[in-house]
Amino acid sequence: MSFKSESDAKAYWKENLALMVKLLLIWFVVSFGCGILLVDVLNQIQIGGYKLGFWFAQQGSIYTFVILVFYYTKKMGQLDRKYGVDDE
Amino acid sequence: MELQTLTYIVVGITFAIYIGIAIWARAGSTKEFYIAGGGIHPVANGMATAADWMSAASFISMAGLIAFMGYGGSVFLMGWTGGFVILAMLLAPYLRKYGKFTVPEFIGDRFYSRTARIVAVVCLIICSVTYVIGQMKGIGVAFSRFLEVSYDTGLLVGMCIVFFYAVLGGMKGITYTQIAQYCILILAYTIPAIFISLSLTGNPIPQLGFGSTLSGSDVYLLDRLDQVVTELGFAEYTTSVRLSTVNMFAYTLSLMIGTAGLPHVIIRFFTVPKVKDARSSAGWALVFIAILYTTAPAVAGMARLNLMNTIEPTSGENLAYDDRPQWFKNWEKTGLLQFEDKNGDGLIQYTADKTTNEMVKVDRDIMVLANPEIAQLPNWVIALVAAGGLAAALSTAAGLLLAISSAISHDLLKGVFMPDISEKQELMASRIAMAGAIALAGYLGFNPPDFAAGTVALAFGLAASSIFPALMMGIFSSRINKEGAIAGMIAGITVTLLYVFQHKGIMFVPGTEFLGDMPSNWFFGIEPNAFGAIGAVVNFTVAFAVSRSTQAPPKHIQELVEHIRVPSGVKEAQDH
Repeated sequence: MSFKSESDAKAYWKENLALMVKLLLIWFVVSFGCGILLVDVLNQIQIGGYKLGFWFAQQGSIYTFVILVFYYTKKMGQLDRKYGVDDE
Repeated sequence: MELQTLTYIVVGITFAIYIGIAIWARAGSTKEFYIAGGGIHPVANGMATAADWMSAASFISMAGLIAFMGYGGSVFLMGWTGGFVILAMLLAPYLRKYGKFTVPEFIGDRFYSRTARIVAVVCLIICSVTYVIGQMKGIGVAFSRFLEVSYDTGLLVGMCIVFFYAVLGGMKGITYTQIAQYCILILAYTIPAIFISLSLTGNPIPQLGFGSTLSGSDVYLLDRLDQVVTELGFAEYTTSVRLSTVNMFAYTLSLMIGTAGLPHVIIRFFTVPKVKDARSSAGWALVFIAILYTTAPAVAGMARLNLMNTIEPTSGENLAYDDRPQWFKNWEKTGLLQFEDKNGDGLIQYTADKTTNEMVKVDRDIMVLANPEIAQLPNWVIALVAAGGLAAALSTAAGLLLAISSAISHDLLKGVFMPDISEKQELMASRIAMAGAIALAGYLGFNPPDFAAGTVALAFGLAASSIFPALMMGIFSSRINKEGAIAGMIAGITVTLLYVFQHKGIMFVPGTEFLGDMPSNWFFGIEPNAFGAIGAVVNFTVAFAVSRSTQAPPKHIQELVEHIRVPSGVKEAQDH
């Protein structure tokens, strides 16, 4: 199976890239943003014993990564079906 | 029962389980049990990938490094998990669609060049050997402790065992063995963490206990930790930046893209049945890795607190050297823990000041193994940690050695230099290559360039600067041609190697550093372990520039790039 038309292929790739950019932005914000660049600002907020910036660097970013990958998998599955390029 | 006897028994039982499963799996339907059979569920594949991935660096070394780096150690936590996001979105599905077995093969085909393939193989070998040095350090630490010998002797014993383990290596490829390894490894890591968290905070979940108050008081564990370390002149635990923000940024980035460029991880995604399985396998692998990686910071902080409390139970009242606990004596035998009574008062002073500090050597890599003993946990827990550490180190070392030997015997000898080589000769060459790699990595392991996790970080930097950009550009640009890719890989890895060797010595041999008049970390304060990020930038830049000024790739290559973007119509992975 492949794409019905050339324009379908282009549209699929465009949607794929858009999803990727969106998710990679979140990936960047939780790790490099909250965990490194903004850590001092966030550390002024405290949740339980955790300073927030420290929590993002050692816990929060990792939980977010897991969610990101599963969300991506789900969305791409929908996209594959929409364009009829899934292998079912 | 005596600890050492118990340790032998637990290690023996776990190895019997791995070998038993290997034999049972072979006896069944052979093909189905190999990863290449394709019938493996993404959850199972994820678990096996996690076992493959987590080595001595993750298990033995990382929490120990974080214990002494505090917040700065976050680079390992974010770097080694965040890479899976890149892997799942940018590489795995496309490489799966392409459907070949090795990374150099993809690079050779996509860049229609035997030279590109050879360059990729050489980069792969450099990364893998560096990686194995890190494993050797971990193995040496583990064996020296359990045989109660010096680190050097422990390393020698470890080298012999790795050799036999790797030669027996068939069992490496069986997913069910790796699932068993994962279970042992994660139990060995989390059980002591639960015990320690429970005794310190009353909360059995380490991830929550780390943010809770200490039992019987209303002081938060992290506040207490900050207070204890700063009183002795160390940097505050929760805010101590590793060198600089720029350095931490580069370090994290280097580990992330290195994760996505390491061949032994990528290979796992070649063998799932469909493109969508490649995506979800990466997700499941990350789940199983995250269990260890979110426990590690708690292990680190609690180990540091327990260590400090052992040496100085109440402020100003230090432990007498003669009253030191058994674990202290045992680690002294390995030479990895050293005490020197500088002021002659018979008490142990542990401070940040070099002139008064009497704990003259505390090797970071001993912390995870010593942790259950410091916390006075039951002997069976300590024995289980030993078994988990050995499983992590041996399985990853064996996997890497197989990758190195097949790269030399298959990709280089049979693929390029001696196509007429017989199967028997090829097998011989791979054995020799494996022995050679162990000897080299072991020899360099006597003077490792860093702690185990630091050495492995160097390997990731090298992968980040060479393999990752080539794969990325191969998938996402149809304009990058062979000249660009080859120049990029060579430039990236050369720049990174030069910077590393400048600081750590040529081939990591001490005394051959050539910094000259330059201060260390001269490039924007970035340490060599983090330089892979810069190497990757160099690689991308050179590849783009060279490709622009040379001829575009031929038509069929541009079609290949279009083809791998379509997820359907996957063929089973083919071996050459």
